[in-house]
Amino acid sequence: MSDTNFWWLVLPISLPFGAAALGFALAPYERIQRLLGFGGAVTQLVTAAGLLITVHVHGTQVVQMGSWSAPFGISLVADHFAAFVLLAGSVAATASMAFAALTVERERVDSGYFTLANVLLAGVAGAFLTGDLFNLFVWFEVMLIASFVLLAMGRNPLQAAGATNYVTLNLVASTTFLVAAGLAYALTGTLNFADLAQRLPLVEQRELVLILAVLLLAAFASKAAAYPLSPWLPASYHTPAPDVSALFAGLLTKVGVYAMARSVTLFFPGDDVVRNAVLVLAGLTMVVGVFGALAQFDMRRLLSFHIASQVGYMLMGVGLLTPLALAGAAYYMAQHMVTKTSLFLVAGVIERGSGTGYLKRLGGLYRTNLPLAIVFALAALSLAGIPPFAGFVAKFTLARAGLAAEAWVIVAISIAVSLLTLLSMAKIWSEAFWKQRPEDITGERLQEEAGRPSRAHPTLVLLPAAALALVSVGMGIGAGPLIEFAIAAGEELAEPARYIEAVLGESALLDAGLAEAASGGAGHETLVGGGLSR
Amino acid sequence: MEALLAPVVGILFAAATYLLLQRSLGQTIIGLALLSNAANLFIFVASGLGDGTAPLVDPETQLPPTGAADPVPQALILTAIVIGFGVLAFFITLAYRYHRITGTDDLEGLSAEVLPRAEDHETFDGRYEGERP
Repeated sequence: MSDTNFWWLVLPISLPFGAAALGFALAPYERIQRLLGFGGAVTQLVTAAGLLITVHVHGTQVVQMGSWSAPFGISLVADHFAAFVLLAGSVAATASMAFAALTVERERVDSGYFTLANVLLAGVAGAFLTGDLFNLFVWFEVMLIASFVLLAMGRNPLQAAGATNYVTLNLVASTTFLVAAGLAYALTGTLNFADLAQRLPLVEQRELVLILAVLLLAAFASKAAAYPLSPWLPASYHTPAPDVSALFAGLLTKVGVYAMARSVTLFFPGDDVVRNAVLVLAGLTMVVGVFGALAQFDMRRLLSFHIASQVGYMLMGVGLLTPLALAGAAYYMAQHMVTKTSLFLVAGVIERGSGTGYLKRLGGLYRTNLPLAIVFALAALSLAGIPPFAGFVAKFTLARAGLAAEAWVIVAISIAVSLLTLLSMAKIWSEAFWKQRPEDITGERLQEEAGRPSRAHPTLVLLPAAALALVSVGMGIGAGPLIEFAIAAGEELAEPARYIEAVLGESALLDAGLAEAASGGAGHETLVGGGLSR
Repeated sequence: MEALLAPVVGILFAAATYLLLQRSLGQTIIGLALLSNAANLFIFVASGLGDGTAPLVDPETQLPPTGAADPVPQALILTAIVIGFGVLAFFITLAYRYHRITGTDDLEGLSAEVLPRAEDHETFDGRYEGERP
């Protein structure tokens, strides 16, 4: 363990925590709070970029916390997958924190908005970087408790209902995960991801391993908002202020997908039952989410249904489980974090300008605010997967992987769902930007009610969304160098032996076949075959 | 001991599930409390119960005594209890707020009260169906 990789792994978690602690100490100073909020996200972005470069140059980075050697202590692990999605997440978080710093009203700043948002960022980074099942549970809780409070800030009755739904379902999911962690420990005597990965294939009670898989999938599917555990998301994401929605939309569900990808690739790589279950979930999630979105007229609610739909694509990559499919899933996650946050920020700008995000009341924005229309169009086309935007690259990678694996049904579903996604984006476009704004008195009244027109300039407020839309375009046009990270991530995920070896070192490996697979890169078939035959 | 505790865990899970399926917010709170206790007890049982010897390493053999209690699940449960307690406290305050703002503790009742049940035309307060107030 050299000192440099220690800091790259620890700083993306501890810098936002530090900003949060400072935020507590400097609570009375509003301006400093706003700066700390933005600063926490920016420092995370910088260190996450450093981490990704370090991983790309030097390979998987591992730190054993407190120098307790794995599997006894808690390991922090960054491979390409973790570092890549962490970087994308912190890009999205930086933009939504910038938007929040410009727009959040005094009252919520005083209730600790930016402190909590920083805790949320630290929790997300911790969940991406940890290499320990129970530690993952703790990071989930850190993230959740911050999100609970952010979601519940405000006096709107619908918000209270949304927050109650969100909190209840997430607590049930967390408890399910806790039970799964207990079961994993009971079966193997370890909680370290790498150690679990090499011990689970040796467990003799296969039916208990299947139960463990079901528990983990259920817990992560409800965190990721995969069907049928998704209804909490569209019931709650549109209820708080737009800045909170944007932050959640970019980060939270992706942590669930990440945990699912990590556990499926490490713990159940040879298990066809688990793979097929994930693929079925993926298909249903895509279809149900997009149909829900088509029926909506509230802009943020529509976009929330789309999150639930898009999670299906990421799960499709996880379920196919080939290196290319996993690369597609990683790229999809990264571009989705950026694009979706951009769309939610656009919705926030519209709501600030018009006093409502209800599509039937909106209109004429193309004429009154052309830059806004352009930003929306860029992000929406990327979300739907139109070339040359980032969404196309991600969907194309997934579709190619699906065709290579001869999974025709899921590929067909994914293409059909893309078209429906485009349809509902066109609906927002024609309702909010294209048509005449309906003249009604109540519309003006709503604008007055929305009240307190902020000091921030309308163009300035649009900047974070515009920056993200540009990143999204860049991820499409300049996909060449970026997809290298995703492909490296996919290859690493498809060969759990490399992860295991990086964390535990040669000496702690259980059997010789595994060490051979780790050094020779023989692939996971040999590993699992060797494990099951004994 | 395991044979005795296992049914207890099962009963706790069953009771928690039943309570969580109720519409009343008060019952949801109790359900969540039972659920987290059931999970903690599950971890406790799952790791196996020893005869309670302290897991102190013998300096000569460098090994803990046989039958020593496994300290890891206890550490896990301790952490889980603290987290569960904090989260439950938050949930109770949230439920109180919910009740104050909406005047009901019925989780389903809210949608009917707050959202005007209009078709596509405007309702008395000029809002469309599904529009956030």
